[in-house]
Amino acid sequence: MSRLVEMQLSTPGVDRRGEIRQVPLGVQRRPSESVHNDFGAEHMLVNIGPQHPATHGVLRLVVELDGETVKRVIPHIGYLHSGFEKLGEYRHYNQIIPLTDRTDYLSPMANNVGFALAVEALLGIEVTERCRLLRVIACELSRIISHLVWAGTTGIDLGAMTPFLWMFEQRERVYNLQEAWTGARLTTSMTRVGGLMADIPDGWEKGLREFLREFPRTLREVDTMFSRNGIWVGRTQGVGVISAADAINFSLSGPMLRASGVAYDVRKDRPYLGYDEFDFDVPVGEHGDIYDRYIVRLEEMFQSVRILEQAIDRLRPGPINVADPRVVLPGKSAAMSDMEAMIFHFKQVMEGVRPPAGEVYFGVENPKGELGYYLVSDGSAKPVRWRIRPPSFLNLAALPQLCEGALLSDVIAINASVDIVMGEIDR
Amino acid sequence: MTPDMKGFLLFSAIKLIVIFTALLVGVALITLMERKVAGLIQNRPGPNRAGPGGLLQPVADGIKNFIKEETRPAGATGALFMLAPVLSFVPAVMLLAVIPLAAPLPLDLDWNLPLIGAVSYHGALPISVADLPIGFLFVLAISSLGVYGIALAGWSSNSKYSLLGGLRASAQMISYEVAMGLSLIPILLLTGNVSFSEIVRAQQDGLWFIGPLFLSFFVFLVAGFAETNRLPFDLPEAEAELVAGYHSEYSAMKFSMFMIAEFAHVVTIAAMVATLFFGGWDIPFTDWDEQGGALQTIATHAMFFSKMFFWIFFVMWIRWTLPRFRYDQLMALGWKVMLPLALVYIMVIAGSIWAADHLLGWGAPRPLSFFLVGVNLIVGWLVFFVLDRGRVIRGSDRRMRGAIAADAAAGG
Repeated sequence: MSRLVEMQLSTPGVDRRGEIRQVPLGVQRRPSESVHNDFGAEHMLVNIGPQHPATHGVLRLVVELDGETVKRVIPHIGYLHSGFEKLGEYRHYNQIIPLTDRTDYLSPMANNVGFALAVEALLGIEVTERCRLLRVIACELSRIISHLVWAGTTGIDLGAMTPFLWMFEQRERVYNLQEAWTGARLTTSMTRVGGLMADIPDGWEKGLREFLREFPRTLREVDTMFSRNGIWVGRTQGVGVISAADAINFSLSGPMLRASGVAYDVRKDRPYLGYDEFDFDVPVGEHGDIYDRYIVRLEEMFQSVRILEQAIDRLRPGPINVADPRVVLPGKSAAMSDMEAMIFHFKQVMEGVRPPAGEVYFGVENPKGELGYYLVSDGSAKPVRWRIRPPSFLNLAALPQLCEGALLSDVIAINASVDIVMGEIDR
Repeated sequence: MTPDMKGFLLFSAIKLIVIFTALLVGVALITLMERKVAGLIQNRPGPNRAGPGGLLQPVADGIKNFIKEETRPAGATGALFMLAPVLSFVPAVMLLAVIPLAAPLPLDLDWNLPLIGAVSYHGALPISVADLPIGFLFVLAISSLGVYGIALAGWSSNSKYSLLGGLRASAQMISYEVAMGLSLIPILLLTGNVSFSEIVRAQQDGLWFIGPLFLSFFVFLVAGFAETNRLPFDLPEAEAELVAGYHSEYSAMKFSMFMIAEFAHVVTIAAMVATLFFGGWDIPFTDWDEQGGALQTIATHAMFFSKMFFWIFFVMWIRWTLPRFRYDQLMALGWKVMLPLALVYIMVIAGSIWAADHLLGWGAPRPLSFFLVGVNLIVGWLVFFVLDRGRVIRGSDRRMRGAIAADAAAGG
């Protein structure tokens, strides 16, 4: 039987005679059922989003409630669709990097790195040692700021506003570092195929060390506020549980998967950027509920601090770009004085990087899970197909199951715990 | 009309005007204080643009709310939609009327005023709008009226968020009212009176009730948070879930009235806690304040105000520290914990008073109070450290302690 719901597009939901207008939800069997009054029905449909304080962007959830118990959640996406993948087919590889900023806009530097790595895998080139370490630093800083936003906004969704501002204070410091390095706070575009847009400026290392020294204190404060707080624990433990088997079947990744007890981390399992040389642990939960996701993310931030400390200790002066003029732009002064360099410069600007024909999938461990870039090249300077595997999108797919049988308040908490970014979902 | 009658009316009118003006201005300043306290806790300055140190921020907010557009959602039930903020606002500002704000002011005057004629007042002038003999019963009765405003607001807005907020608010306020009422019974047992001035006097004779009736205080404070709809009990307006709950559809001054009502409730709860459990206007360790006089009235008022101020601060402190309960947890806490706790506590206090009176012969206020402090220490320890650990809120940190124990066992 098709059930009837209030028509979602009519603004007030009431027609001229004051009757509530309704349309069927799902497959409609008989036209005679299409319009009738739903007051006698047991379930209420609540529309959460796309404009709502707690949907983290323009996600829209249609929640079917029995009292306050959730019977069904239907996520509606697409409100932020920007066509990045299609746009990529008309761009040179280096021109796609600015698009990656805008997918998961809470960790732009990690996206830049992931894309550059994918193209480099297609080209079959290795970046320099200094570039590698700087990219590790970029990835881990991204992980920290992304998890800070996650923990802060989840706190707000559960009513605790204060830790949000503490964390944003720290996030601000990372943003300042980001700005000093890349010139932008959000749209960093900091990698290039075969290297980086720029080396870190003077004194940047000192700023990072200072941040690493003071940041764990804030994390420990947040730990004090939440981890053993009775209300927090009551709201998060045993809520939104997903088993390890289900998590794998839903193709979850990142903290969502690890909280369910599956120790899968791309950094350990398919190491890139030399992550296997770093000494760090991958926190794994066991219950698969919101609390474990929180603990996993909190611990990941501590681990990121460890990685950052090691990376900055190993950082030595050196080139940041590969010495291949077919991939990397020659220096400006060289292009002005040296004939050969000028030709390469011209070819680079006019034609771009030309990888050989073929395809590549490259997965990196982004803050939200495994971010994969799939590229198909026909040997020209533009990809034939650029496909993103967005961790948020796949993690969001589990939301309806996580929310089933929970309360309305839990929907908000569970949705927060999935850690989604709409830019990446709708891409 | 006799001069005495005229005097009573005159002073009542003066008190009425002064106290309500002070309350409304105070509420405006408390909104500022809340934002400053939030800033203090969150490492930020808080509002500091309007006026010196942001002092004029409430004025700016007030002007903004006055000149904003009044919106009315399609399908809202007109009359009730208008009435709801009023129904919420009026009881909230009525509550402070019965609370004694200072020691009674002894007056002995025969005036001959123009227009009014002969006015006289002999005896102590209670510093509250009305020193009602029904005392806290009045507060309980009036504060439960506030739920009408909220329920009607939720229902008449024709919005699902508002409806859920209104329903949650009604259920929550009714549940916690029971616990709140029962938590005050021990005070009645100890003082034999419900009038606030008698309760203050009883605390001067014995001890402040925070000691002898600690669990009453605890239940009352928790219920008070629930009554004011503030964190951790702000489910009716749970921002993340219900947008703004029952007042989602309200704008401009109608919205302001809900806000004023909420803050007035905070003031009232703080004043009640100060009066019922912290001696009201009583200045501790001295009898000077009970002798009566203008100076004493001023000093005791300062004392009362600082106590009230602390509890207002406390309410804000909690708000910016704790997350929010879930609806079922809130109801479970109210019905399964607070209510039985209050009921059993009544039995314990009644039994203790009887025992102190008849078995031990400690019927005088001071010995009785100290005896009850002892009883409370035992009962409080039982409740907080034996019965409750990790039970009120499902889960609590048992999992974490288990993990730590497992780690220790594994030698890690």
